[in-house]
Amino acid sequence: MSISKETIEYVAHLARLELKAEELDTISGQLKEILGFIDTLSLLDITDIPATSHILPVHTVVRDDLPGASLTPDEALANAPQREKDFFGVPKVIE
Amino acid sequence: MENLYSKTANELLQKLSQKEITLDGLVVSLNERLKNVYASVNAYVRFDPVRGLTVDKPEKDGPLHGLPITIKDNICTRGFETECCSKILKGFKPPYDATVVSKLKNAGAAIVDTKANMDEFAFGSSTENSCFGASRNPWDTNTVAGGSSGGSASAVASDAAIWALGSDTGGSIRQPAALCGVVGLKPTYGRVSRYGLIAFASSLDQIGPITKDVRDSALLLQYISGKDQFDSTSVDVPVPEYSRCLGMDITGVKIGIPKEYFVEGIDPEVKDIVEEAIQKLRQLGAQSARVSLPHTKYAVPVYYIVATAEASSNLSRFDGVEYGHRSRSKGLGMIEMYKKTRGEGFGQEAKRRILLGTFVLSHGYYDAYYVRALKVRTLIKQDFDKVFSDCDCIVTPTSPSASFVVGEKSQDPLKMYLSDIYTISVNLAGIPAISIPCGFTKKGLPVGLQIIAKPFNEEMLLRVAYAYEQATPWHAMKPKL
Repeated sequence: MSISKETIEYVAHLARLELKAEELDTISGQLKEILGFIDTLSLLDITDIPATSHILPVHTVVRDDLPGASLTPDEALANAPQREKDFFGVPKVIE
Repeated sequence: MENLYSKTANELLQKLSQKEITLDGLVVSLNERLKNVYASVNAYVRFDPVRGLTVDKPEKDGPLHGLPITIKDNICTRGFETECCSKILKGFKPPYDATVVSKLKNAGAAIVDTKANMDEFAFGSSTENSCFGASRNPWDTNTVAGGSSGGSASAVASDAAIWALGSDTGGSIRQPAALCGVVGLKPTYGRVSRYGLIAFASSLDQIGPITKDVRDSALLLQYISGKDQFDSTSVDVPVPEYSRCLGMDITGVKIGIPKEYFVEGIDPEVKDIVEEAIQKLRQLGAQSARVSLPHTKYAVPVYYIVATAEASSNLSRFDGVEYGHRSRSKGLGMIEMYKKTRGEGFGQEAKRRILLGTFVLSHGYYDAYYVRALKVRTLIKQDFDKVFSDCDCIVTPTSPSASFVVGEKSQDPLKMYLSDIYTISVNLAGIPAISIPCGFTKKGLPVGLQIIAKPFNEEMLLRVAYAYEQATPWHAMKPKL
């Protein structure tokens, strides 16, 4: 399957990733090649084969609801690029 | 007198416990070594040669008696930088320790405060994708250290670390260990907690030891294994005493040699060296049989769907809000801020993988790519199940070639992906494997032997690896630096 530049631009938007024009050119060439290689999978008959998303059985783990130590606001916010009082600062979301 | 830095963890532990040496003396010795090698191997990142390495001294004594350990840059260490060698995590100081780090601290280990180099977010096989530049191979500094745990492997191989932790998603412990001539072990999925490992592909990632020999590998695995309440995928299987299997005879151990690993694509020199190693295992009493893993050729395509899909999801958390880089551009709305931040912060390989992963998960392509890959993953796992119904372990080369020159593959992502062809299936099947040194090419570059075992049978890996190691000189050889 081939992948158009428009599709890559759309996927980049979904991934919230800004690409420069030259990056888009390079990456679309590379992705075409990689997808061409990946397409060898379409040669396989996979009828009735179950999907494996996790190699071990995954269980919902519950533990006793006991209070424990947690981060202080200062610790939790220490790495924030922008801090507003006890919150993470972000650009205005609603005009 | 031999220098302290060149000794194994077990040798140093004995000296520390008998108070023949001190932690301070050991750190001085490591810094002496680093003075000579840090610039040529680039194993540590954010390293200040004037200040040198320091260690986070343990609060209380324990069975590891202050033995320093080097940690890969994607494993959280409380209060000192953990950046995944990415600009997008610049300056990130985790407010907590990864479970493996707290376990080691509790056992009395001293954490080295400068982290080991890696490909950005563990995306790569050479550390050329690190924002700090590539680590070099101590055996030939024109060649790569392998990746993604290339910093950990080159630090151990150049005696700039006593032992180290790496992480392995598609070969990132075993391949650099093979290329640098050291021992790298990827545990069974679920054997070691992933809490505090900055996630790349959550169904494939495992943390594991990179060490100078097999005995050290067993010791480090001992201290990091076990169920953890902070990782729901860690498994409650008892942790055996791994050192017990060292020295056990391998007579009668049944070894499978998969024919698909010795075909076109393998360097003939590597093939000869690995076949000689298999011959050695036979001399030591093992029985070998040709086996087949028929879906091997599909492992790389399956991996680059599953791993990138999971990565694209895991990396969505880097958006310039809670930590790391945020674009300085003014007047941006929220979505523009995300896009600019991520466009500025991620390197080329990270961008490729985010795009590929988002694509295979997107509407209209999900079934054709992602679901199909998960089904082929089942076939790959079943291949191993079949072989293990008759064999105790599988022996292969770790990598199709010895180390390659810096820049040789960095412009061709697909070529780079194929250098993981012998290690990737193991992650897809969730099983454990080890890489040990098994010889050198004519150019003097190390070659690795991979041993693969059934789930939670790390003892088989260590037993066979130790028997081989004791019968061969390779692990004791040191690069001239």
